[in-house]
This record gives sequence, structure tokens and C-alpha cells, in this order.
Amino acid sequence: MSGTARFLRRIAPQLITLAFVLALISVMFPGFFNISIANGRLYGSPIDILNRGAPVALLAIGMTLVIATRGIDLSVGAVMAICGAVSAWGITQGYDLGSTLLMAVVAGLVCGLWNGILVSFLGIQPIVATLILMVAGRGIAQLITEGAILTFNDPNLIFFGSGSLFTLPMPVVIWIVTGLLITWIVRRTALGMLIESVGINLRASTLAGINSRVLLIAVYVTSGFCAALAGIIAAADIRGADANNAGLWLELDAILAVVIGGTSLLGGRFSLIASLIGAMIIQAVNTGILLSGFPPEFNLVIKAAIILIILVVQSPALRTGMAFFRKPRQTDVAKKETVTQ
Amino acid sequence: MNSRFLPLLATVAIFILAYAVCYAQFPAMLSTRVIGNLFTDNAFLGIIAVGMTFVIISGGIDLSVGSVIAFSGVFISVMLRDTGLHPIPVFAVLLLITTLFGAAMGATIHFLEMPAFIVTLAGMFLARGMAYVLSIDSVPITHDFYSAIQSFYWLMPGKGRLTFIGGLMLVVFIAGMLVAHRTRFGTNVYALGGGTHTAQLMGVPVARTTIAIYALSGFLAGLSGIVFSIYTSAGYSLATVGVELDAIAAVVIGGTLLTGGSGFIAGTLIGVLIMGLIQIYIIFDGTLSSWWTKIVVGMLLFAFIVLQKGLVWFTGRNRASAAGTS
Repeated sequence: MSGTARFLRRIAPQLITLAFVLALISVMFPGFFNISIANGRLYGSPIDILNRGAPVALLAIGMTLVIATRGIDLSVGAVMAICGAVSAWGITQGYDLGSTLLMAVVAGLVCGLWNGILVSFLGIQPIVATLILMVAGRGIAQLITEGAILTFNDPNLIFFGSGSLFTLPMPVVIWIVTGLLITWIVRRTALGMLIESVGINLRASTLAGINSRVLLIAVYVTSGFCAALAGIIAAADIRGADANNAGLWLELDAILAVVIGGTSLLGGRFSLIASLIGAMIIQAVNTGILLSGFPPEFNLVIKAAIILIILVVQSPALRTGMAFFRKPRQTDVAKKETVTQ
Repeated sequence: MNSRFLPLLATVAIFILAYAVCYAQFPAMLSTRVIGNLFTDNAFLGIIAVGMTFVIISGGIDLSVGSVIAFSGVFISVMLRDTGLHPIPVFAVLLLITTLFGAAMGATIHFLEMPAFIVTLAGMFLARGMAYVLSIDSVPITHDFYSAIQSFYWLMPGKGRLTFIGGLMLVVFIAGMLVAHRTRFGTNVYALGGGTHTAQLMGVPVARTTIAIYALSGFLAGLSGIVFSIYTSAGYSLATVGVELDAIAAVVIGGTLLTGGSGFIAGTLIGVLIMGLIQIYIIFDGTLSSWWTKIVVGMLLFAFIVLQKGLVWFTGRNRASAAGTS
């Protein structure tokens, strides 16, 4: 099987789900796919999905890499709040756009470094290590904004939230470029494979000569970087930094996007593109519920149902059961099981 | 001395030290009024923290408890508003629902072999969503039974009031200690935390125990929801967001190992009280802002995790050197 065919086969379930959700919405709302151009920018519901899904898509990029190493990063929502607060603080203090953005991104990198050091050097479980920053992060963000919602009017910073480039909204450009860039880096080099091998068996990978410590730190730093971008977008979008609500519960959406994208929480094989499609599925469901006039309260119930379905499909117990009926692939499954041990 | 007790001792030492610092600055801190309030204000947190301790000792995690509290509050207030039933049958139905909810999560975790994290995450969404579906507004509770419970207290020496809900929390803690250390179920929970495979080989009924652990956590979350509705006299679907994190933090600060297999219910009580103490200190001080609570709790979490890591590493090295010399 050629590479492209294998790739298409890998992301087929996600693409089918996304197409199904979009089709369902467009059946109910015939005008759903109407896209118009006004003031050199595209408008329409599909563009809105791409735009609103930007923070979750960005977080999902970093989260995919972290989950591939058998970790998890609960702190991304809090890191978003910190970086949003830093960017708002910087611009209101009179720094120029470049240094403000630099400070915000550095804040994200430092948060990622902290998580990475806890996980790789102190050997703390990822859930616990990132929990610390998840709890303390919002406090730190409030320390920066001094408890208020820090608003700003700088048109350059606002551009990252509501501006447009090549007729596409800026957040869409940012997440697509970041996603492609990181995919290109991990797939054109051996990095992606090394990350997968660390996720499958940390000890064996270390013994095989992989510098797993540096790799783990790099993965968490990437996650912090993506969270910083998402935080800047979120702050620029509302023209202010809200330490309490920026990125609230987005870590859970990001994890959900990765799980929908078919990356196992037990580490190993990952697909960034599939996670990004997963993020778009979540946003399409959100938009669909809003459009359909269902109360938005149903959103969470539907998300819970989606997680349950995915759990059942991904369950190792079910796979063993399926293997019993599919004789030819039995060896394949057996191989997978020994790998996950 | 057994190194198992070290985290617990560290917790107790920190609590005493923190209290001494508070007392040196504000002598009123030692009055039974403050202690009574400490119990009352943290009653709902303490009750879910007991369930969370069991879950974490078994090596799992339960993210759904905060949402279950919100669901319970909304369920009680809507039932009382719309049906005119007495609160006691409503409580019974609610506890049945939340216990079954927890049991269902436990069954999913065990039979689908999925991480507890993601299963209880789905449970968190589901419970919060159901609360929203019942009512998105804050529903007040006005019932004679509620005002009777709220005005019921035991006057401690020094005019401190031990309210019904504060007392209930202490009862739950004592019951939790008895279950953890004096019953077969408790032993099974510890065994499960040591490793599922080993527990299975030892003859622990893994399926039954896992389901029972999450059912217990669900039951206590329901009970905590009742307490919270008594505490606030209302049910609100946006209430207690993020309380599961406070509960996990209290358990860790209480000296329970997050990898499972080791920990004490009594430590969790101290953990809850330490977190309450930080808040009381901030109120007494008056100039500090509430976000310091989060930062201090985060720092305490970090300190305890590093302490536990150090202990595990230290005992591991001791054992290794002992094996080497023999």
C-alpha cells in the first residue's frame, strides 16, 4: 500500500465523522455552506467553524505529541490564561508588538519547560505534574492582571484575533501553519518515530540510545508553545485577558480532540492531522447545536456521548473480541498487544 | 519507623506549623468559632475527598465529582420545587442515582479496560450537562426541613458552632477510616493500588472492587451535593466547577501517593483543613487576594509530590543496598 493510501485510510474515520456531522447540519440548514467575501475576508458558517476551533486545534497539536509519549498535559488551559495575561500586560505597559508576543511565547515555553522537567527528571506522573500548573496557573495569571480583566486597544495585537490574511481569518492561518509546520518537522525527520517509541516503551527506548529526557521536555515545551499561541488568539479575540475564564476546560476539549483523532491515551502511534480534524469535529458539533436552536446545555451531554462511543470503539477488550472473528488480522492484533505492554 | 507514615507526619507537621503561624499573627484563630467554621465551610469538600482518597489509593482518579455535586443540587432543588415531595425521599432517590452513576463508570473502566481519567471525564461532562438540562438558573430551596437542618448545631465550648454538615463530614471521615482499615473491601482497595495483576493473583475480586470504589465515590459525591445544597440553600448548575481538583489536591497534600497503594483517610482530613486554613488566613489578613489560595495550594502540591518522590526513591535505594549486602 502506498504512503498516501495508508494516510487516507488512517484519517478516514475522522473524515467520515466530520462529513457526517457537516452533512447533518446542512440538511437542517440548507444555507450552511454559503460562503461570501466581504472586505477581503471570507464569511460563512464553515469559516466560522475553522475560526472558532482555532484554540482547541492549536492545543490539540501540542497535546497529540504529549499523549503520544504516554503523557497528558492538563495545564494548557491555565497556560493559555497566563500567556493571554502576559500579552495584555505587555501591550498595556507600552511594549511594542514584537516584544509583547515574544514575552507571551516565552511564558508558554517556560511553563512547558517546567512541566517537562517535572515529568522527565523527577519522574512524576504527567497527570500529577501538570495538575500543579493547572491549579496554580490561574492564580499566576491573576497575579499578572491583578485580578481585573485587562483590556487593550492595540490594533496590531487585535489583528491576531479578528484580522485576516489571504482572505482567511488570522486564527485559521495560525493553526493551519503551525499544524503543517509541526507535522512536517516530526514526519520529515525521525522525531515523530522517536516520540512514538518513547510512548510505547520508555525504558526500552532509553536503552536503545534515544535521549528520552530531552525528547520528553521538547514535547511539553511544544505543548506550552501551542498553548501560548492559543492564549494570544483568545486574548486578542476578546481584546482583553480574562484570567478566570480564558481557556477554561479547553484542556479537556483538546484531549477529546486527540482521542477523536484516534491517538490512544496509552501512547504510541499518533496523527496530528487526525487530531486537527478531531478539533474541527468538536467545533462543528458545537456550531451545529447553536444553529439548530437546541439549548447549548445539550452540548456537554452530546460530548459525553461522543466520548463513550469512542471509548467503546477504542477499547482493548473489544479489539480482542473483534480479533476472534477476523482470523487473517489476528497476528497483527497480537503484535499490537505485545507492543502496548 | 515505617516510612509509610512519613507523608502523613509531614502533613500533620505542616498543619500544626501553619496553624501556629496563623495563631501568632491572629490570636483569634484558635477560638472554636474559627474551628467550627473550618468544618462547616469545607464540609462538602471533605466528603468528596474521602471518596477521592479511596479512588486514588486504588490507583484511579475521579474527575466527575464536582459535576455530580452541581447535578445533585439542581436535582434536589428542582424536585422540591416541582413535586412537593419531602426532602428525605428526594435525598434517597438522588443517592441511588449518583451511586449507580459511579458504579456505571467503574464498570466502564473495568470492562472496557480504559483509563479512569477519560471515563470519568465523560462522566463529568454528562453530569454537568444533565444539570444544565434540568435548569440553567439558580433554583432557591425554601423548605422547613432545610431551615431546621441549617439552624441545628452543637455549641462547642467557647461558643463555636459545630453545624450539622460539619458534623456529618467528621462522621464520613470516621466511617471512611473504618472501611479503609478494618474491612476486607478496604484491604482490597489497597491491594488494587499496588497493581491490578498482583491483586488478581492474590484473589482480589478486581471487577467487584473497582465498581464498588467508583460507586462509593459517586455516593459520597451525592451526599456532598446534599450538604452543598444545605450550605447554599440553592441548586445551581454552574456551582462547584473545579472542585474535583481541590479534592485531588487535598488528597495529595494529605500524603496519599497518586500512584496508588498507599495513603490514609486521616491525612486527607488534614489536607482539607490545610486548604481551609489558607482561605481563612487570607480572609483574616484582608489585604491578600483570593488567587493566592491557588498559588499556595499549587506550591504545597509540588512540595508534597517531590517529598513523596524522594521517599519512594530513598526506600527503593535502601532496599536495593540491603539486597546487595545480603
